[in-house]
Amino acid sequence: MFQRLSAMLIKEFLQLKRDRWAMFSLIVPMVIQMLAFGYAATFTVHHVTSVVLDLDQNQASRSLISHFVASGRFDVVEQARNDAEVRRAIDHNDAVIAIIIHSGFQGHLQNGTGAPLQIIVGGTNSNTALIALGYIGQIVATFSSDEAARLLPPQARLARPEIGVTLQTRPWFNEGLEDRWFFIPGVIGSLTMLQVISLTAFAIVREREIGTLEQIMVSPIRPIEFILGKTIPFFLLGLGGIVLVSVIGIVWFKVPFIGNPLVMLAGSTLFLLASVGIGLLLSTFSRTQQQAFAFNFFFINPLFILSGFAFPIAAMPAVLRWFTLINPLRYFLIVIRSVFLKGVGFAVLWPVLTAMAAIAAVMLTVSVLRFRSSLDA
Amino acid sequence: MNLRRLLAMAYKETLQIRRDPRSLAIALIMPLIQMGLLGYGVSLDIRQVPTCVYDQENSQLSRGIVSSLDAGGWLSVREVLHSEAGVREAMDRARCIATVVIPTHFSRTLASTGSADIQAIFDATDVNTTNIAMGYIQGVIAQVDVQIHARWAAAHGQPISLLGQVELRPSTWFNETLDSRNFIIPGVVAVILALVGAQLTSLTISREWERGTMEQLISTPVTALEVMLGKLTPYFVIGMVDAAICLCVAVFWFDVPFRGDLATLLAATALFSLVILGIGYLISVRVRSQLGASQIALLVTMMPTTLLSGYTFPIDQMPAPIRMLTLIVYPRYFVTILRGIFLKGSGVAELWQPLLGLGIFAVLIIWLAARAFHKRLD
Repeated sequence: MFQRLSAMLIKEFLQLKRDRWAMFSLIVPMVIQMLAFGYAATFTVHHVTSVVLDLDQNQASRSLISHFVASGRFDVVEQARNDAEVRRAIDHNDAVIAIIIHSGFQGHLQNGTGAPLQIIVGGTNSNTALIALGYIGQIVATFSSDEAARLLPPQARLARPEIGVTLQTRPWFNEGLEDRWFFIPGVIGSLTMLQVISLTAFAIVREREIGTLEQIMVSPIRPIEFILGKTIPFFLLGLGGIVLVSVIGIVWFKVPFIGNPLVMLAGSTLFLLASVGIGLLLSTFSRTQQQAFAFNFFFINPLFILSGFAFPIAAMPAVLRWFTLINPLRYFLIVIRSVFLKGVGFAVLWPVLTAMAAIAAVMLTVSVLRFRSSLDA
Repeated sequence: MNLRRLLAMAYKETLQIRRDPRSLAIALIMPLIQMGLLGYGVSLDIRQVPTCVYDQENSQLSRGIVSSLDAGGWLSVREVLHSEAGVREAMDRARCIATVVIPTHFSRTLASTGSADIQAIFDATDVNTTNIAMGYIQGVIAQVDVQIHARWAAAHGQPISLLGQVELRPSTWFNETLDSRNFIIPGVVAVILALVGAQLTSLTISREWERGTMEQLISTPVTALEVMLGKLTPYFVIGMVDAAICLCVAVFWFDVPFRGDLATLLAATALFSLVILGIGYLISVRVRSQLGASQIALLVTMMPTTLLSGYTFPIDQMPAPIRMLTLIVYPRYFVTILRGIFLKGSGVAELWQPLLGLGIFAVLIIWLAARAFHKRLD
């Protein structure tokens, strides 16, 4: 058995070596996507373009605007002179928010009647708008308390002690709220899955499409040896890919890796077994590579979207949340992020690893059974 | 160019697509599945953030704060913790996204010194959710603060002073409810076109090479230009049908507002399809292996469409070099047009720049594609 298996493995590695596209498609997309995610994927809200319409034109209104600019969250790109210019700036995407200070702003502040401040948010990007609204609230609150302190006569300030509740925020595991620390560990898992599933499926379907599968079937190789011979190379390549992308993330993007590499290895192994199983299963549905390509997307895209990679699982409706429970990527992302950022070990992650092991076992069993019957057909 | 030969080529390609019902079915079902997935699965505006509470004081005031955390529907208090170790464990196991800690002498400190701290710990592995949850908790604490102020003023017989107070009146345009679905779904049209177009066309020539039917194709009297147009026409039709399906699902199922005009949308969709199909064809001619062709097609169509087009990640937040790079990322123009037409009701007057950008790309790519294929075997 080992002799036949190693012959099959040698054939596969030779084929991989000669097929420069397989190597290319394994390495290059991973590196490019890694760079793209590292540099382009961000949900943070800095320097939001703003247009200002200041109809009061005095110390208070200018102080308010400088509070906005000083926060670093908003950049004033235009001083509008009337409502029409505000409208035009927002319509043409020149500015995302408009700050409109009506005349009488300072007067209302001074006589304590509450000064209205109009803010318009261009909500096409709902996420930016939601976060920007939060910042606006904080900036205006700070401005209000500064103004209150300035406007109160000194003796009244003494009589009215500073009272209030302050919220101290402590973001654990990622104190600087770096987007990269969230996305890069995620990229490791999702790219590996994409590559391993599609390469495994393509390798088998191509033999079927160009007719060399029959040649292999008439050789003394048994189906299980064929399956092992087809999957072991991609398992190893996947492992290599995980190491490569992790190293880029740690060395180039400075994402901390504070956990135990052994936990990562255990998680990667189980995840790759599940991925190879999915690839094998997909190959049984396709006669041509075009079909394999289409099926790939049919399966991979849901796995990707419903993994928590970018979109929080807690925000999904219940039915989709249940579906994430059978998604190996969901568990692998938990393992990667926990090992990278939280540094937790087997004691915390065993339920996740067990779930992945179960998914891998089911996937491999089903795919091997289906594959064997598809060979007979 | 001969119309008869072109039609014959298109007919051959159509027959080939029709005889592969699985691929065709996937090309037509894909938009429905994707729309469903992205419409329901992709939501950034998390409500009911899973929250834990560690109330070290357990006084009337602190219990009041806990219940006001739970009251607005923005946060959902899932668990009450009783020790530091419990907090650590809950955060490690990701049982909650935020933990609010009220310190032991909270009420007493507040009464004696007039101010006190509340701590909120976040699982910042998910940065965006942390940012949103932070906003929610800050909002609740601000309300608590106002209540405490009012109570203090009442107890000391003082009127509540509005001195220096600003009444914030925010209004949101284009997406009044700030529903992330309205933001995501228009962009999905671009993603699906990129996916289906690249997927189907990138294999169309490389398949002929790999299966050995290229020699037959070369020995027929069709010209290179006719091969291109004949091969792309059926896929163009599929792409437009897909776009129509997406549009209907977006408007009639997900109720995304459609405020612009259909003709502009149609023109932009046609231009974008041409770019995608042209790229797929170009790759297909250059790369003779189907695997290689499909991988490169994904890299040059899907990656820019999902990452660099502003479809999920806002372009104006990217670093300057990447922002410059997005000027040559053609999906960027289409996503801008889609959002403009859907949400803002923009027309040609506002959108002429992205339309022009897309048009230049379409001409360039089709010109390159037309020159790429030579009827030679080597």
